[in-house]
Amino acid sequence: MSQQVVKSQSQLLQKEMISRNYDRITSGQCKVSSTFVPGNLNELLMCFDIANNLPEINAIQNAMRKKSGEMITDAERSGHSEDVCTYVKADIGMMAKGNIAPNGKPFPDPDLLLLSYTGCFTFMKWFELLREQYQCPTVMLQVPYAADGKPTRNMRDYIVKQLKEEVIPTLEQVSGIKFDIDRLREYLRKSAIAEDDLVWMLEQSKRKPSPIDCYFGGVYYMGPIFTAFRGTDEAIDYYRLLREEIQQRIDLGLCAQTPEGDLPEEKYRLVVEGPPNWTSFREFWQMFYEMGAVVVASSYTKVGGVYDYDNFRHDPDHPLESLADYCLGVYTNRNLPTRVDMLARNVREYEADGLLINSIKSCNSFSAGQLVLMREVEKLTGKPGAFIETDLVDPRYFSPANVKNRLESYFQMIDQKRRAVMAS
Amino acid sequence: MRPKSVKKIVAFCQDIFEDITFAKARQWKEAQPGRKVIGYMPVYVPREFIHAAGMLPLGILGGGADMEVIHGDAYYQSYICRIPRSTIELAITGKLDFVDGMMFPSICDVIRNLSGIWQIMFRDKFVRYFDVPQNFKDEVGGVFYMNELRELKAGLEKLSGQKITAAQLNHSIAVYNENRTWINKLYDFRAAAPWNAPAAEVYLLLRAGMVLPVEEHTQLLKDYLTAAAAEERPLRDNCRVVLVGTFCEQPPLNLIKSLEMAGCYIVDDDNMLVTRWLLEEVPCDGDPIESLAKAFLHHSAETAAKYEADLEQKGSYLLETIRKRAADGVIFAAPSFCDPALLDQPMLVHRLEKLKIPYITMQYAENSGQMQPIREQAGTFADSIKLWSAS
Repeated sequence: MSQQVVKSQSQLLQKEMISRNYDRITSGQCKVSSTFVPGNLNELLMCFDIANNLPEINAIQNAMRKKSGEMITDAERSGHSEDVCTYVKADIGMMAKGNIAPNGKPFPDPDLLLLSYTGCFTFMKWFELLREQYQCPTVMLQVPYAADGKPTRNMRDYIVKQLKEEVIPTLEQVSGIKFDIDRLREYLRKSAIAEDDLVWMLEQSKRKPSPIDCYFGGVYYMGPIFTAFRGTDEAIDYYRLLREEIQQRIDLGLCAQTPEGDLPEEKYRLVVEGPPNWTSFREFWQMFYEMGAVVVASSYTKVGGVYDYDNFRHDPDHPLESLADYCLGVYTNRNLPTRVDMLARNVREYEADGLLINSIKSCNSFSAGQLVLMREVEKLTGKPGAFIETDLVDPRYFSPANVKNRLESYFQMIDQKRRAVMAS
Repeated sequence: MRPKSVKKIVAFCQDIFEDITFAKARQWKEAQPGRKVIGYMPVYVPREFIHAAGMLPLGILGGGADMEVIHGDAYYQSYICRIPRSTIELAITGKLDFVDGMMFPSICDVIRNLSGIWQIMFRDKFVRYFDVPQNFKDEVGGVFYMNELRELKAGLEKLSGQKITAAQLNHSIAVYNENRTWINKLYDFRAAAPWNAPAAEVYLLLRAGMVLPVEEHTQLLKDYLTAAAAEERPLRDNCRVVLVGTFCEQPPLNLIKSLEMAGCYIVDDDNMLVTRWLLEEVPCDGDPIESLAKAFLHHSAETAAKYEADLEQKGSYLLETIRKRAADGVIFAAPSFCDPALLDQPMLVHRLEKLKIPYITMQYAENSGQMQPIREQAGTFADSIKLWSAS
């Protein structure tokens, strides 16, 4: 594996943004709310000058630094089951180790736990567990599951009511700042600008060759908008820069960028369902790019918001309703038939060779039903599916030989299909 | 002719429990043309609506310990609990072919996604993911919940082609109030004299209530209590425990028997919470939707599938159960890979530890076969409680 990692300007900018955000969180100069990526209310938190700290992102950071394994086993030793979400255990284990942020400084105890209960049951228990530790104010925003494919008026009204009667008053109380809806409108206007560029970016992988990888590369591209920057000028600048970079790649006819440079040849185009493994992220990615495989679309890049499928944008004219619609629409809050439709559309519209599922042991929200989902997408598209199993941040559940073996078999299957098509 | 002795009643319930073709429910459906059966999964659905629609609510609790899961494993990865795979097995093998609709309550992501699998695989069936509020204020969660109930009502009306009137709903509320009253009496009876109402018998009685029409089940409870009160069975030197975590995927019956054989009388549990979810009698003379919504919001059981907004109240339901039942300790028995039970457990454990209430934890699957380790663990637990209480 090459030690020299090739990074673009936008990646360097993002690194700087994330680092600045960690410095802000750990500075002690502002109030801090822990909250989750799906259904995060960044624009609303910004109205109260509250910094946004995301425990999933912290777990990912620890996994990529090879620290999460020990944290998880520490949590298990303290009574947490081996069977449950490893994000939760990495978070709890991190606390036991002093809650050190990636910048080396300790995280302050949160002033608030903003429980955006969106698309994942575990979130609810996770923040109950954290509340026990931190004993800080906790406010829940329950986002009903869009079980019939389309959110109902009742669901939307419920979310808006919770925002008005629970979330905003709590944020006012914690911050001491009165809610200004015009401030929220302004942030949402900025969100929509960045979202336009984001969707443009996602759609460029319809090109052949794709100038980007929308899974391994995609997690970087989604970083700012999924975390603490949606609604900021920084996010607008980041996505503008990213767009320019991608346009340049298109103009030069380049294949997707990998950590070792540009992919020399695009041999396989895949749609991927499920989060990546983070403990061996680079090794995992390498298995794809060494075989000439590029991911042209992925569901994980929709976990913090779906902007391309039904063209959702945050709407400054309907600020609270727009936040509700955003929460209702995140990928894991959509029912299985909708997820099937999204993935099948991706396979067709991005002219992919098939759907690969990375099934995550820890994440029932994604994983339960994925075998049915794979068969349905195969049926709808006529393209072969494949299934691998890893975990989010638990290194014990990443078996490189098994994963590589399955991927190689899958690529052989795609080759066979192609030969069969050519022969017919 | 109803069975009257304890032995006969228990045998009757055991037959229902073992019958994974749901013959009793099929018979009910076939007895009159046009009848419909609605399956529901744990942990809570307002069965009053199904009853008011003239339909039979049928509790689907997986395939049990003896059913071989062949197809179901092709639908679920190894790290997902067993209840969805055995439920799919039931459906694929035609055992639910007479069921006209399924309700999947909001309990966890696995059951939630099972509703989507049902939508894909059984397109001609009524499928309802039943969401409940985690906000318990009348004007917030209450409004949402009442609208969800109205949607449920409309869905059932569409299925049956008949309107559900307020009077019908109020009647059903009254019928379920009575059933709940008798189930509570059964639990009180067992807590007072657990040697006269073994946990396995109580369990089988509740399981029968998942299949039988509610009126018939209420009569069965009355008969059992009359028969059981007339018998005096040998008192064992057992400790008294509350069993926690068995609210969804079912423990094998042998596990329940093993706990008692090992020296632990189960004096309360969270089995089939749907039967005891509402803690007080629901008014049956007002707006039925409002009555059921208020009962849910303000007088319902606490379980891992619910959010507790007040940190101080977390675990208080369990502590109150321990106090009320004069329990010596708690057995946490959670299904493997059960997010709600396993994520909630550490918080409940912390509450118990603060009060020095003894507990043990164990895991099972609905088809766990090896009971010796369970007996040893529970036996050691019972012995240790007896030693402590003697000191």
